[in-house]
Amino acid sequence: MRPLYQSQRMMRDLRRAALQRGVIAILDLGTTKTACLILRFDGPEGSAADGVGPMAGQSRFRVIGAAVTRSRGMRLGEVDSAIEAERAIRTAVQAAQKTAQVRVDHVIACFSGARPESFALSGEAEVEGQAVTGGDIGRALAACAMPEIGAGREVLHAQPVNFALDHRSAVSDPRGQAGRMLSTDVHLLAVDGAVVDTVLQCLKRCDLECAGLASSAYVSGLASLVEDEQELGAVCIDMGGGSTGLSVFIRKHMIHADSVRLGGDHVTADISMGLQVSTATAERLKTLHGGVVATGRDDRELLPLDADTGDWEHDRRTVSRTELIGIMRPRVEEILEEVRARLDAAGFDHLPSQSIVLTGGGSLIPGLDGLASRILGQRVRMGRPLRVQGLPQPATGAAFSAAVGLSLFAANPQDEWWDFEAPPDRAGARSLRRAVRWFRENW
Amino acid sequence: MRTLILLWRLTLPSLRRQPPAVPAGMRRDPAPTLWSYRYQRLMLTPFYRRLVRVGLPAAGMAVASALWLSADANRAWLAERADALRDALYQRPEFLVHDVEVTGADRALAVAIHGIVDLEFPVSSFDIDLPALRAAVAALTAVRTVEAEVEPGGLLRIKVTQRVPVAVWRYADGLRLIDSEGVMTGMIASRSDRADLPLIAGDGAKEAIGEALALFAAAAPIAPRVRGLVRMGERRWDMVLDGDLRILLPERDPVPALERVLALHEAQDMLDRDLALVDMRLGARPTLRLNQPALNVLRTAAAASAAGVPAAPIEEEH
Repeated sequence: MRPLYQSQRMMRDLRRAALQRGVIAILDLGTTKTACLILRFDGPEGSAADGVGPMAGQSRFRVIGAAVTRSRGMRLGEVDSAIEAERAIRTAVQAAQKTAQVRVDHVIACFSGARPESFALSGEAEVEGQAVTGGDIGRALAACAMPEIGAGREVLHAQPVNFALDHRSAVSDPRGQAGRMLSTDVHLLAVDGAVVDTVLQCLKRCDLECAGLASSAYVSGLASLVEDEQELGAVCIDMGGGSTGLSVFIRKHMIHADSVRLGGDHVTADISMGLQVSTATAERLKTLHGGVVATGRDDRELLPLDADTGDWEHDRRTVSRTELIGIMRPRVEEILEEVRARLDAAGFDHLPSQSIVLTGGGSLIPGLDGLASRILGQRVRMGRPLRVQGLPQPATGAAFSAAVGLSLFAANPQDEWWDFEAPPDRAGARSLRRAVRWFRENW
Repeated sequence: MRTLILLWRLTLPSLRRQPPAVPAGMRRDPAPTLWSYRYQRLMLTPFYRRLVRVGLPAAGMAVASALWLSADANRAWLAERADALRDALYQRPEFLVHDVEVTGADRALAVAIHGIVDLEFPVSSFDIDLPALRAAVAALTAVRTVEAEVEPGGLLRIKVTQRVPVAVWRYADGLRLIDSEGVMTGMIASRSDRADLPLIAGDGAKEAIGEALALFAAAAPIAPRVRGLVRMGERRWDMVLDGDLRILLPERDPVPALERVLALHEAQDMLDRDLALVDMRLGARPTLRLNQPALNVLRTAAAASAAGVPAAPIEEEH
């Protein structure tokens, strides 16, 4: 944990430096597509004349460059082939730089894989002075017992989601308040360290400095959940190409995140296998004609399966849309069932409000909302990312919620564990104790 | 040899890089190579951008012109062209000056100024050095201020303000005319040439010309009797009247002192008496010096009337 703790601090400093310079790149490393947005920060604007303040801070920045490219070397939301992934990153960054006509050095990246796992921790500490300071929060955080996150796992997010001061619970920001005992709940998200290291290596080899890492399930939730949903409790299901991420929000904090290693690519693979067509053709069929609810009309809609094997019979097959839907639906159902199982395991039933928001490229399948409401619950809606200034029209769809959410994350990041100063007395006491022991042993 | 060439021609195409086979239905992968990516990023760096956009063309032009100028013939040709162009511009009729006109000067001064100007008309206005001309004219003693300008229509106008002499100063080398600023404007041969001007004399008289003029103005009631003013020791004035009568004026406030003398003269006809000197240098103790005959008469009269003897009788010197 120690190295990532320090590297997260370093990233935070880099992010501050980038915000000072005013230009930062957003990189969404997806399994299907790699999106790069370039943001320009103009500093905080004055509050609007009509009394409407900036929503979620998105008025502080402007998207000046955007580019999307097909991902290479990504599988299940993780880097599969580093060299290919670098090429995808280079393509996206170069195209975005070209539209923005500016060079970016700092990049904030998100990815969906790496088996995220949530842990809930709590710790408490006595308040030292009259009022709670950042140091007290740091000590309360340090008092949290570190769970067994497993070998080779690293902490991606560690956010204090709740503070309690004496008998008062649900304090959003205890700083400056009087009290004696401060306790805090921390949501810790652990991921595979090797995946993170690979992503960092890829960015480094593209001459980019990583100014932040985030889980794409988390940032999708930031972008596609509206304020009420984040406040009252909701789950955002980001249906990506290689994996489906889910993040549970309540009181504007993420309290749980998970991912199902199934996604749109599996649907494509099913079509490819079932219809004996190439992956590219299967992808095209899925996006243009796919669906999950078959109607009578779909029997008569015949789709040509183009191929050029040279076999006349093989190249001129057709398939009805019902058959296509018949292939896609079980897989989509499987994904949603798996999500349901994960939500049940996380205790989603106990949330006061159980809104379900589907977003990501996979949520664009027609008829998915009906299927999802049957499997997940009644309150399902399709989510689209928040509108941000300067985002080109093609990049405003549900497939870009992670990229937009990452922009919001860059504009006003959540307080993380490493933003509070660790109590200095720990290391000092240990070294003092060591010195005393050395004296005892030697004299 | 021929076989070698043939072999070379056969192997050459295989050495060339073949375009990668793109599978049908797949778009060509547009990923940039690492070096083109780095190059683009370098070019987007503001410093390099400016260097390439401005610096390189400027450097190229500088090198090209330096190479071209390194040949003597080219330099000579360029100088010749520049000269021709400049002459063509200078000789345009709009810039030609045909005549000179002197205003505000009397005849003698105008002749002197014409002698200074000494230009071969027509001449281009670029070739006239107006500041030098102005300095030369201003160097004439009789000129107080001068303005020289080329007017539209090709006329060089020299406006002169002449110095007006207000006094004659008798000095070691003769009689000089000076104006109210104490500047010499000319010389005259004899006093009668400018009998209308008052006469001053002595070292430093020129510097105190203002005071002298004020004294002459104050002495207006006895103007026919005034011969002139003499500056004594470069600090005070003596007014000399006819009959060698001197009025010694103080260093400070000479005009009120002179007015006191004139008031005495008006009351008692003092200056008509047989006086040699009226000493007003000490304001509290004005002193008269009588001529010897008058002194003798005064003493005799005093001795006759034994009563009030104003002074003890003094032995005659001769």
